[in-house]
Amino acid sequence: MKAVDLLELPVEERRDFIHAKGKQKPALKCDTDSIAGVVSQRACVYCGARVVLNPVTDAVHLVHGPIGCASYTWDIRGALSSGSDLYRFSFSTDLKEHDVIFGGEKKLALAIDELVIKYHPKLVFVYSTCIVGVIGDDLEMVCRVAARKHGIEVIPVQSSGFAGNKSAGYRAACDALLRLIGPKNKQEIEKRKSINYLGDFNLAGEVWIIKSYLRQMGIDMNVAFTGDSSYEALKTAATASLNIVQCSGSMFYMAGKMEQIYGIPYINVSFLGVEDTAESLRKIARFFGDLEIMRKTEELIKRETAAVGDIIRGYREKLQGKKAAVYVGGGFKAISLIKQFREIGIDVVMIGTQTGRREEYETINDLVDEGTVILDDANPAELEQFIMKKGAHLLVGGVKERPLAYKLGIAFIDHNHDRKHPLSGFVGAVNFAGEVYSTVCSPVWRYTRTPVVATGYLAGMAGRNETGTA
Amino acid sequence: MGIEQTHYQSVNENQCGMCMPLGAILAFKGVEGSMAIIHGSQGCSTYMRRHIAEHFNEPIDVASSSLNEKGTIYGGEASLKKGLDNSIKIYNPKVVGVLTTCLAETIGEDIDRIAADYLEERGLEGLLVVTVSTPGYGYTHFEGYFLAVKRIIAALVRKTVKHKGINVIVPNISPADIREIKRILKMMKASYILLPDFSDTLDRAFERPYRKVPAGGTKLADIAGMAGAQATIQMGVTVDEAISPGKYLETEFGVPLYNVPVPIGLENTDLFINLLKQLTGNMVPGELERERGRLLDCMIDSHKHNAQGKCVIFGEQENVYAIACTCLENGITPVVTATGGRGGKLTGLLKARLADAGCGNAQILCETDFSRIREKSRKWEANIAIGHSGGRYLTEREGIPLVRYGFPIHDRVGGQRLLSVGYTGTAMLLDRITNTLLENKYKNYRKNIYRQFYDGTLKPAGGC
Repeated sequence: MKAVDLLELPVEERRDFIHAKGKQKPALKCDTDSIAGVVSQRACVYCGARVVLNPVTDAVHLVHGPIGCASYTWDIRGALSSGSDLYRFSFSTDLKEHDVIFGGEKKLALAIDELVIKYHPKLVFVYSTCIVGVIGDDLEMVCRVAARKHGIEVIPVQSSGFAGNKSAGYRAACDALLRLIGPKNKQEIEKRKSINYLGDFNLAGEVWIIKSYLRQMGIDMNVAFTGDSSYEALKTAATASLNIVQCSGSMFYMAGKMEQIYGIPYINVSFLGVEDTAESLRKIARFFGDLEIMRKTEELIKRETAAVGDIIRGYREKLQGKKAAVYVGGGFKAISLIKQFREIGIDVVMIGTQTGRREEYETINDLVDEGTVILDDANPAELEQFIMKKGAHLLVGGVKERPLAYKLGIAFIDHNHDRKHPLSGFVGAVNFAGEVYSTVCSPVWRYTRTPVVATGYLAGMAGRNETGTA
Repeated sequence: MGIEQTHYQSVNENQCGMCMPLGAILAFKGVEGSMAIIHGSQGCSTYMRRHIAEHFNEPIDVASSSLNEKGTIYGGEASLKKGLDNSIKIYNPKVVGVLTTCLAETIGEDIDRIAADYLEERGLEGLLVVTVSTPGYGYTHFEGYFLAVKRIIAALVRKTVKHKGINVIVPNISPADIREIKRILKMMKASYILLPDFSDTLDRAFERPYRKVPAGGTKLADIAGMAGAQATIQMGVTVDEAISPGKYLETEFGVPLYNVPVPIGLENTDLFINLLKQLTGNMVPGELERERGRLLDCMIDSHKHNAQGKCVIFGEQENVYAIACTCLENGITPVVTATGGRGGKLTGLLKARLADAGCGNAQILCETDFSRIREKSRKWEANIAIGHSGGRYLTEREGIPLVRYGFPIHDRVGGQRLLSVGYTGTAMLLDRITNTLLENKYKNYRKNIYRQFYDGTLKPAGGC
């Protein structure tokens, strides 16, 4: 594979965050603050917290801050609910100049009162934003008083935007969830043969898909963190006998804490792609060591793999040899995508994440081909540079990356939180392959040569075919 | 008439507005070779980039000074300077807009001083840096937009000889709308300087190779010459004078200001074209007259359908006003008009128009949210909504169909291509409105008439 010249970086400081796989083991810099001015694709602490907690369906999610923070996150995610839809409402204390000068505590207390009267929630999350962190509102105190007054749980989420990066927001959210579950000594924990599923947000019903697999294996899903979760369900989290962790970026901290506090062991799983899905289901079955469960699991895998095998093979024939660039939020997704692309005959030539951890980057390095560019906290200029240099045919990313891919004239896969179709499990693997096919092999790419040239029928008439397509 | 000028509750529930720096970004996107940097935490620029990109389907590159804890405590000067260094290196802009956030304002950053020091330290006197104070807790994106336009003019304009050109200042309308306004200006043989012109930058043609800073935008030399224009036409009848770019040009350079509504609707378009006729001394060409005639024909064809319309209009105040006028001249009753911003002169202007049209129960809501808009829409039985995609909430919860207009449109494609200004654009908008009423009618009339007259489960007042 063609070597990539890393000498042409406009911002020298970014060099440590970028690596082309070669003979030497990399020491990729990651999990640190973004560099000013390079147009990082990352959001903030508040964003991280909001992503993780948003799918708690029956909670009031109150953003203590100016209007923007709430406005930009109103119902933008594809997390589905089987019960309440209160989580789809965006509540803000709408802080104004007056509040910034005189403090926002009073307004916050009144806001909670208003919401409790109107919606009768059992749980309120109060998110702090940048200015709250600066003007020094005592969130803990206001929440404590409100909780006592209304006899419900009001939990502050320490998510001031400047206090770290998106990963710090994940931790803030996990801390809020741990407070909700409560300390061990207050609970009579009776372990059941059920599992918690950490790091799935029920985008397009993905939690439900995995829940149905587990049910077929003879295992109960206790509660997911946090897809389609509710106050009551989250309260029972300590009774599970195993935690399975998918989005490790947001939940590895939570899993570690739950092991430490409640003695619940955890295993990492991934339900992206046929291979990872099957392997994860086996891992879960092995944990319980129950022959009946293992038998049912193998049956399920056999049945599902058979159902999707031909379809995926069909797509692979059409996609073989194409090259993908990947830029996603977390490391687990990136790792799974390398394998999932291989299932459909595609090599990953560039891969990066917003919040990947060192160990995850090491795994990525082990998995990819020589010459693949690996980068942390990328920006549009770097994405453009490496997509073009490596000749990628498609990019995987989120809303901000999509128009860049299209402007570069390449295909795009939406692997973000606002998508409306599931990508998990066997059904998700088919959806994924189908989506890749629909974008990589779309007829529109026949026409992206400019300026005006005769294509298709007319080109045939003239006895030549400039586009190289029939 | 019900008028709510401020929001009395402590909670804003389902927001009908965005924050100040977002509007300022849009203004800078309409200036040739510009780049904006947001002085604040990393999330602000990313959220706004996402919000804008999803509407326009364009890459929206906006830098951030990525303020962290240290910068927040000890001052963000070093972060901002580093941010400027890096974004200039990558994007090589001609103009840099430095915008503040809640965070930068709260910790008291003096961006004017930092910017001036920066240019001197780096020996970059040739680079233009325009600072705009845009705290998110200040006003909404509407005010951020106009304030940025004013600051851009103030920074770039030079005293110059008088010329025949006309300054045209547009609010946040679609790139297609800007193109249509330019077409009308050309038809009227007017020489003009339109600012901010994001008709190309936020609605690019597919081309290779890709450019990080898109071609297009108002030329810097043209902005410099705005002081010598014979007049300013500002589509900003609701804009407060403190942030009015046209007012600034009038006060500082004596350029006469004509504030007109956005040319949506027959009356508003007539106003704009008559003003051009007056300023240029040119006749209205036959082709434009025929476009007017076609709009009239469209209005007549649809008027009985439109008479059934009771609409709720929401969004940016200037656009809300123009849409309300259009509804009124077509017999559609605006039962609720609403904006998330403070409204400026909107209430005063609307009150007169609504009273004139006999809409005694009309509700005007400023600094409002969708919870309130929903409540009022239900009470006054709105059967059509006109506004940005936040209104899908009204469709989902109250079954009120939504005609998508304005910014942002996130749940449909083509927000950047929606044409609604001028005679031709108005006809297209009106067709969208009328057809939405018709679609709803066809969907429900058999069932409703059956329920009204056959089984009696629907009160006759429900209409069909």
